Amino acid sequence: MSYVPLADQAQELHHPQSWVTRYVWSQDHKVIAIQYGGTAILVGIVALVLSLLMRMQLGFPESFDLIDPSSYYQAVTMHGMIMVIYLLTALFLGGFGNYLIPLMCGARDMVFPFLNMLSYWVYLLSVLILMASFFVPGGPTGGGWTLYPPQVSMAGTPGSDWGIVLMLLSLAVFIVAFTMGGLNYVTTILQARCRGLTMMRLPLTVWGIFIATILGLFAFPALLVAAIMMLLDTLLGTSFFMPAIIESGSPLDYNGGSPILFQHLFWFFGHPEVYIVALPAFGLVSDVLSTHARKNIFGYRMMVWAIIAIGGLSFVVWAHHMYVSGMNPYFGFFFATTTLIIAVPTALKVYNWVLTLWEGDIRMNVPMYFAIGFIFTFIHGGLTGLFLGNVVIDMPLSDTYFVVAHFHMVMGVSPVLVLFAALYHWYPLVSGRMYHEGLAKAHFWFTFLGTYAIYLPMHYLGFLGVPRRYYALGSTDFIPASAQDLNAAITIAALIVGAAQLLFFINIFWSLKHGKKAGSNPWGSASLEWQTPDTPPIHGNWGDELPTVYRWPYDYSVPGAHADFIPQNTPESEEPTADEQHFDPDHDPSMADL
Amino acid sequence: MSLFKHITEKPWERPGVIGGPDPETAFDAAPERVALVIFLVVASVIFSLLTVSYYVRMELPDWTPLSEPAQLWLNTGLLFVSSVLFQWARNLVTDDQQKYLMAAFVGAGVFAVLFIVGQLAAWNSLQSAGHFVASNPATSFFYLLTGLHALHLLGGLWVWSKSLIRLLSGCEVQDLRLSIELCTLYWHFLLIVWLVMFAILSNT
Amino acid sequence: MTLAVVIFLLVVGSVIFHFASPWWFTDIAADWGPIDFTIDVTFWVTGFVFITINLFLAYCIYKFRQKEGHKAVYEPENAKLEVILAAVTTIGVVLMLAPGLFVWATIVTVPDEATEIEVMGQQWQWAYRYPGADGVLGVAETALVTESNPYGINTEDPNGQDDIIVAGPVMHLPVGKPVKALLRSNDTLHNYTVPQFRVKMDLVPGLISYIWFEPTKIGRYDILCEELCGIGHFVMRGAVVIDTQEDFDNWLATQPTFAETQVPAAPNVAAGQAQFALCATCHGAQGEGNQAQNGPKLAGQQAWYIERQLKYFKTGVRGGEGDSAGQAMATMAQTLVNDAAIRNIAAYIATLPDNAAQTTVSGDIENGEHIYSRNCAACHLDDASGTWYTDAPTLAGMSDWYFVTQINNFKAGIRGLHADDYYGEQMVGMAAAMSGLEEIEDVAAYLNSLR
Repeated sequence: MSYVPLADQAQELHHPQSWVTRYVWSQDHKVIAIQYGGTAILVGIVALVLSLLMRMQLGFPESFDLIDPSSYYQAVTMHGMIMVIYLLTALFLGGFGNYLIPLMCGARDMVFPFLNMLSYWVYLLSVLILMASFFVPGGPTGGGWTLYPPQVSMAGTPGSDWGIVLMLLSLAVFIVAFTMGGLNYVTTILQARCRGLTMMRLPLTVWGIFIATILGLFAFPALLVAAIMMLLDTLLGTSFFMPAIIESGSPLDYNGGSPILFQHLFWFFGHPEVYIVALPAFGLVSDVLSTHARKNIFGYRMMVWAIIAIGGLSFVVWAHHMYVSGMNPYFGFFFATTTLIIAVPTALKVYNWVLTLWEGDIRMNVPMYFAIGFIFTFIHGGLTGLFLGNVVIDMPLSDTYFVVAHFHMVMGVSPVLVLFAALYHWYPLVSGRMYHEGLAKAHFWFTFLGTYAIYLPMHYLGFLGVPRRYYALGSTDFIPASAQDLNAAITIAALIVGAAQLLFFINIFWSLKHGKKAGSNPWGSASLEWQTPDTPPIHGNWGDELPTVYRWPYDYSVPGAHADFIPQNTPESEEPTADEQHFDPDHDPSMADL
Repeated sequence: MSLFKHITEKPWERPGVIGGPDPETAFDAAPERVALVIFLVVASVIFSLLTVSYYVRMELPDWTPLSEPAQLWLNTGLLFVSSVLFQWARNLVTDDQQKYLMAAFVGAGVFAVLFIVGQLAAWNSLQSAGHFVASNPATSFFYLLTGLHALHLLGGLWVWSKSLIRLLSGCEVQDLRLSIELCTLYWHFLLIVWLVMFAILSNT
Repeated sequence: MTLAVVIFLLVVGSVIFHFASPWWFTDIAADWGPIDFTIDVTFWVTGFVFITINLFLAYCIYKFRQKEGHKAVYEPENAKLEVILAAVTTIGVVLMLAPGLFVWATIVTVPDEATEIEVMGQQWQWAYRYPGADGVLGVAETALVTESNPYGINTEDPNGQDDIIVAGPVMHLPVGKPVKALLRSNDTLHNYTVPQFRVKMDLVPGLISYIWFEPTKIGRYDILCEELCGIGHFVMRGAVVIDTQEDFDNWLATQPTFAETQVPAAPNVAAGQAQFALCATCHGAQGEGNQAQNGPKLAGQQAWYIERQLKYFKTGVRGGEGDSAGQAMATMAQTLVNDAAIRNIAAYIATLPDNAAQTTVSGDIENGEHIYSRNCAACHLDDASGTWYTDAPTLAGMSDWYFVTQINNFKAGIRGLHADDYYGEQMVGMAAAMSGLEEIEDVAAYLNSLR
């Protein structure tokens, strides 16, 4: 049997027969993407509320009686885990990955649509298991999102009996879901690209998701292994991680295990996880910047290499989370060096984003606001990472609010700004309508300025030495009373940012019905996902014939071309004429009143 | 094809259709095979991390080496036969010879089942000798590693049984060709994993 | 356009915030100036990058905003520029990393003359051990921990007999002498942090980690736990006092050796009984308590707790402003002439029959259980019997009205805020679990159900 290239195979599409198969048991990557995204955002709202509860306690410990110490630690744990795994990972890869990969690759769907559907339902199961832990005796685990043994399964930690078991179980199920999805994404990108679409003609979005998925496939096994071993420790009394310890005055039946071994496994997953979130964000933001600056992404090749280099390096920096863990201190030399080396490709990406704006023709559309906001916060978060990566400076700063501020800036605020940039950018493609411009801009200003007001001062709490994961600070001899005022101000900013997210939800739901019709390519984007025969694309994406790609996705403002962009599937002979000029909301009189 | 040969090219300098109908940098293989190979890498990462953990944990003072039951030698033989039979089935289907295909295919699965039964027997003999999962980290690792390996094999047997049902219901043999090829690859992989693990377990 | 201005203002604002901020590292009190130097270098390098890139970003947004007739320049890449940028970045990184690695080399190299001491963490407090005359710490392990040997010191090891035991949360160190702190944990991860020393390290059960430093400034500094160690994490406090060598030697001489703690003088129960006659007027003849006299039940309370509280009353740690009953008790405690007298009384109380106190408080038992099991049981145990390990007294079967009063006192800052009342301070933090009188009574009602 000779091998038939996938692009030429008459792919069998599972055409939906009813409402249920169309929207519930759907095998269409676009529906699955929305299911993934919707679930992730819903569970993210839970995590957001938890964070606001924590902020109320920290900002106004005397005035609010919302949570006791026990639920504070549960909130810390669940907020962290949900945000990192169940929101960011799922939304970037399961949501945007699912929606954009087949479209940007010129494919009809993922190569394994059934597996793709299964991936979502297994992911939903993991979310349900996690949410169930709120309702079991003892509640969810409160051992911190890092789940360090032995604490997490000992008395004195909330959820040490039921909560932790459900958490580990949920993670294991999530990893199964991720692996199903991940195999799909990688195989689709490798095998299902349309004619003419070489790897170096892929948008950076696909590159980011591609490498992030590979990182996930290699990194999540570490978490899986750690979770299984910890489950055995908790349920069957093995001593993989549990040393001889005393609990409430009496010795437990463990001996000899190594808590540090767990930390190594956890961070061998945990550090690449940072880039599992960051790399898709890098990719998405690159495409948003390029499109709205009407200019090709600057240094495309360097951007691809940087994504690959960062992905590779992310596997050799994990122990920088463990400088003060009691591991062999000589590791510090190696991990500080690798960690600071990773700053170089990361910095190059930042330069290239800014240089993409240089000599561009910048359209200040809403996605562009968020993208530029991302550059600003990412520079800030990246630079503070240089403090913590340098082992000597990590000594005074680790486990303080500096760390909290740093990672929220770099992997909380920055990816979330990209998420919003991307959601606004691709909203017209998904829904066929424009969002409400004014609401979206208000949403931007509250979110961007608000989060900076939260996290800039928080670094200074860290300089002061305010420790993280404290329910209340109590009295110390070195923290001035004014630190509490700062805490209160941070809480107020957080509440405003939290409330401002309503603007986003109002906007996307309102615009579904009342938004202006977007047309097929409102941003004048050259990449393939905007070139489908229907907007929003229908099942199968491409009508009768798959597209053929003739060029890279960044042909903006090409000298001599008629229009300021040339779609990827335009042959050299058929460049668009001037009257096909894209729809531009800034110049459209009907949008002026918004 | 070389994925990384291309990443130095300047995509903006070469407009037009590149390559034939197949995108230039795709692997010349069915997507299922590509996905399986990636999955094998993922599974290798799992077993490698467990091996590393095994050696790290071994250094700690409470480790008592476990003497593995002799049963494992027999089990190794069973898994080896299973793998050989799969290879035979694969060769038969490639040459389009249907005569012994059923025997080879069924035999491969049966021997894999026997392997798992044998592993359970090994567990049993350990337990009756007083080596329970929590007795010592060495035994904990033994149960964990053999259990995870068996779990992977069970996943393979699930695919095998689905193919078997199709084969029995008289489907076209060539339709099963990919399935048999991939099973064979997976079985060889699990055999190698088992041999490596067995070597580590018996030498420590 | 607006965004360009805003980014410019954010850069300016951040710089102003930094220089106007009163929030910065606390004054250093150890010989780790090089750490602060590395921080400064990193701060200036990253600060420069932050300002430069963002101002350039703002300029780009302003200059290249959409204009009629303007068209973006087509420039796929500029290899030369990218090489230069990569080189400049690398230089910046080396500039920050190099001093870091040099300083780290001194951090990992403990000087030979450093004195070894032990810092032990457990849920949720600190304890310390100094080598005795032989200069060597005895072998200790968690498996040997008991109430009479809370450090788990191996009694077979001759080196351990003269080890000096500091069972409280305050340690002393001489100024100007390098110290190697050996860190050990009995239960979970903890972290030994003194912000003024700049260095910190986790305590890991099953192994001994270490950190070294040379205190340079006389004074008293907080010790904090900075690794999540359970619900009491935020109240796990200690202090380190940096003394002159002379003061340090004097202090050390007053601390018991391990051998001494193993053979405590037997208490004189008869003498305690005689002393108790005075106590009986308020606490009842059998120590059963008397609410009318504000005397809580004593029978059934753990001896170590009675002893500690008597010492607190005697030294004015308890019975301060706002606590009239406590003030009365403080006066009474003065009649106990020395530690032996206190021990005698506690020993006598331990012989009294333990009958559950009368119930005087009612409340929502279910809510009480919810609060108690989530927040209190970690120290006071599920059956509220208390344990020496977490320094938690017995609650079940004791005077419920007294429980209510004391929690109120903790919440009102009447009890627990004295500088020497470490365990009371923990309760000030934990009492936040009960929002007001109603919830306190709910917990009291639940405790009544446990007797």
